[in-house]
Amino acid sequence: MKILRWAGLAALALSLGGVAQAETIKIGVVLPFSGANADLGHQIDKAFDLYVKLHAKDILPNKVEIIKRDEGPPTGAQAKTVTTELITNDKVQILTGFVFSPSAIALAPVVTQAKVPMVIANAGTAWITNLSPYYARLSFSMWHTGFPMGSYAFKDIGCKTAAVAYTDFPPGKDSVEAFRTGFEKAGGKVTLSIPMGSPVQVPDFTPFFQRIKDAKPDCMYVFIPSGAHATGVMKAYGELGLRKAGVKLIGPMDLVPDNKLQDMGDAAIGTIVMSHYAVDLENAANKAFNKEWHQAYGKESYPDFMSAQGWDTMHAIFDTIKKLNGNVSDGSKVIAALKGWSADGPRGHVVIDPDTRDVVQDEHAMEIYRKADGKLGEKVVGTIPQVKDECKVLKIGRCGS
Amino acid sequence: MSHFAIIAVSILFDGLAYAMFLFITSVGLSVTMGLMGFVNLAHGAFAMAGGYVVVSLTRSYGIDFVPSLLIAGVVIGLISIRFERRLYRQLYKATDLEQVLLTIGLAFMAIAAFTYFYGPIPKSVPLPDWLQGDVNLGFRSFPSYRAFLIAVGAVLIAVLWYAFEKTNVGAKIRAAVDNRRMAESVGINVDLLFTLTFALGSALAAMGGGLAIQLFGLTPSFAVLYLVLFLIVVAVGGMGSLKGTLLAALAIGIIDTAGKYAFPVAGNLFIYAITAIVLLIKPTGFFGRE
Repeated sequence: MKILRWAGLAALALSLGGVAQAETIKIGVVLPFSGANADLGHQIDKAFDLYVKLHAKDILPNKVEIIKRDEGPPTGAQAKTVTTELITNDKVQILTGFVFSPSAIALAPVVTQAKVPMVIANAGTAWITNLSPYYARLSFSMWHTGFPMGSYAFKDIGCKTAAVAYTDFPPGKDSVEAFRTGFEKAGGKVTLSIPMGSPVQVPDFTPFFQRIKDAKPDCMYVFIPSGAHATGVMKAYGELGLRKAGVKLIGPMDLVPDNKLQDMGDAAIGTIVMSHYAVDLENAANKAFNKEWHQAYGKESYPDFMSAQGWDTMHAIFDTIKKLNGNVSDGSKVIAALKGWSADGPRGHVVIDPDTRDVVQDEHAMEIYRKADGKLGEKVVGTIPQVKDECKVLKIGRCGS
Repeated sequence: MSHFAIIAVSILFDGLAYAMFLFITSVGLSVTMGLMGFVNLAHGAFAMAGGYVVVSLTRSYGIDFVPSLLIAGVVIGLISIRFERRLYRQLYKATDLEQVLLTIGLAFMAIAAFTYFYGPIPKSVPLPDWLQGDVNLGFRSFPSYRAFLIAVGAVLIAVLWYAFEKTNVGAKIRAAVDNRRMAESVGINVDLLFTLTFALGSALAAMGGGLAIQLFGLTPSFAVLYLVLFLIVVAVGGMGSLKGTLLAALAIGIIDTAGKYAFPVAGNLFIYAITAIVLLIKPTGFFGRE
């Protein structure tokens, strides 16, 4: 019986093979659609949907079928369950999404064993890409923003001392480590380091920030997941009058995501972040991206850096499908095709580094200011072109393995 | 004032503000659990809904923050009566598991519904000018909003204390918490009493939700994210006790704030440590009955 079945399968495979045929490629999208960080999932998902809607014609006669699953809280457990199901039950050929580092960390052995390529659209802990040869990342590493911010804070903002405060999970520690390395290399000194609880729940930030205020550093570098935490940070920072006390707020772009910026009020003005994207970034692709976004989701809805990453991620996946004529069943071929991919997206020029499978992109120092029309905006005050993940360049800790 | 004293005062102040939020939001839960032994895990959902009422009133209708808080309390209180009469009532005699399943289900439905209408992006409220800035006490300045939170908490505590200890209705509630069957047999309408306290508890939760927006920002998942905290306050304070809830809120608020300030590395350890220690020594909480 068994032999018969195998023979039948083999015959089927033979009859299908070699014939150029329109494929329906199953893409598994895993993003947080619930919990405190649900809006992060939606920011990326909207970009995915928009790209697929506008560019489905580019890959004809092939089609994609998007299967969406909830990544759940930032602990990785639910992400592992739903992704495993996507691989074994739904037989997806490409995985993408993944906002939280713990998800990507937990999934490395699964993806490696299943040989399914996973294109990470956010999770930014630096060493994630080293965990599986089937990982490619189009978002950023914490070192893309943290490391250059270190030297920028010392040289250009003029901070001699800094406090760091972070949400206590892998990307938080990573981001702060990146900043510290850059800052101390430039000559600054980190005087205080404060872990601020788990990413699952927004804490009352006041006691943490009060402690920083009492320590009187020139700058405070804050990493939080860019969901509900960001709003909380800005409120506490404003309430405690830290800017008046001479403590400048700096960090990665998670502090001032575009979709929450208008709600943050005056407290945000003067904040300087290192970022690869802002709605106000001037380039043709971004202008078109924003136009399409507003057309699809309304005037009051803004894309943010995660949306830009989502757009580029789907772009890379589509280009790969095109390049392989829809034949994406071999995971290693997909990864090989992704290596060296480059395009001009909303962020500007992005490349997937063929050596590390991690993104290379411009980083901008951006300052929040009040625009003439009364809205808050981001002004580019400095640009560092084509930044690689410095953690892997310097081979620090797990980035070296 | 010495450096240490200044820090102590500031921790006390921040902790007090945090404690007031915990008290306002948890007290209703404590009373309903004490009175009916009903496990209402949807309590956080009423708080979240109250928060969104405040958001809508202030942003879409231009009503000031403080009146919005009061309106949110009334609206959610009234709506909660509907829930109590229709749904909760059916399960008073049911097991804890059935109650938990119903109410946590309600909480999830509320999250989904509010996500549908308001989206998952955290909301904030426009505050009047007098709540923005800070109050300068000479040796240190404090955020006005936190001072306001403490004031609101103090007023509510006074009102609740008076209502519980000095009025006829309050006496009936206390009697019903102590011994429900005896209270019924002397002619107290415990059903009606419960509806009343349930509505009051939900109204307070709604105001707590509104007050929390400025602290945490408001997302639909508020309904379950802080629920553990409320349950801890109830457990540590003792079910059905106003005094206990207040004491537990103060202990947790102040000790957690102090812990975060002095030993941030410890994370949530302080909250769990207090809970564990109190419950080991007194399994029914500060003022719970055996």
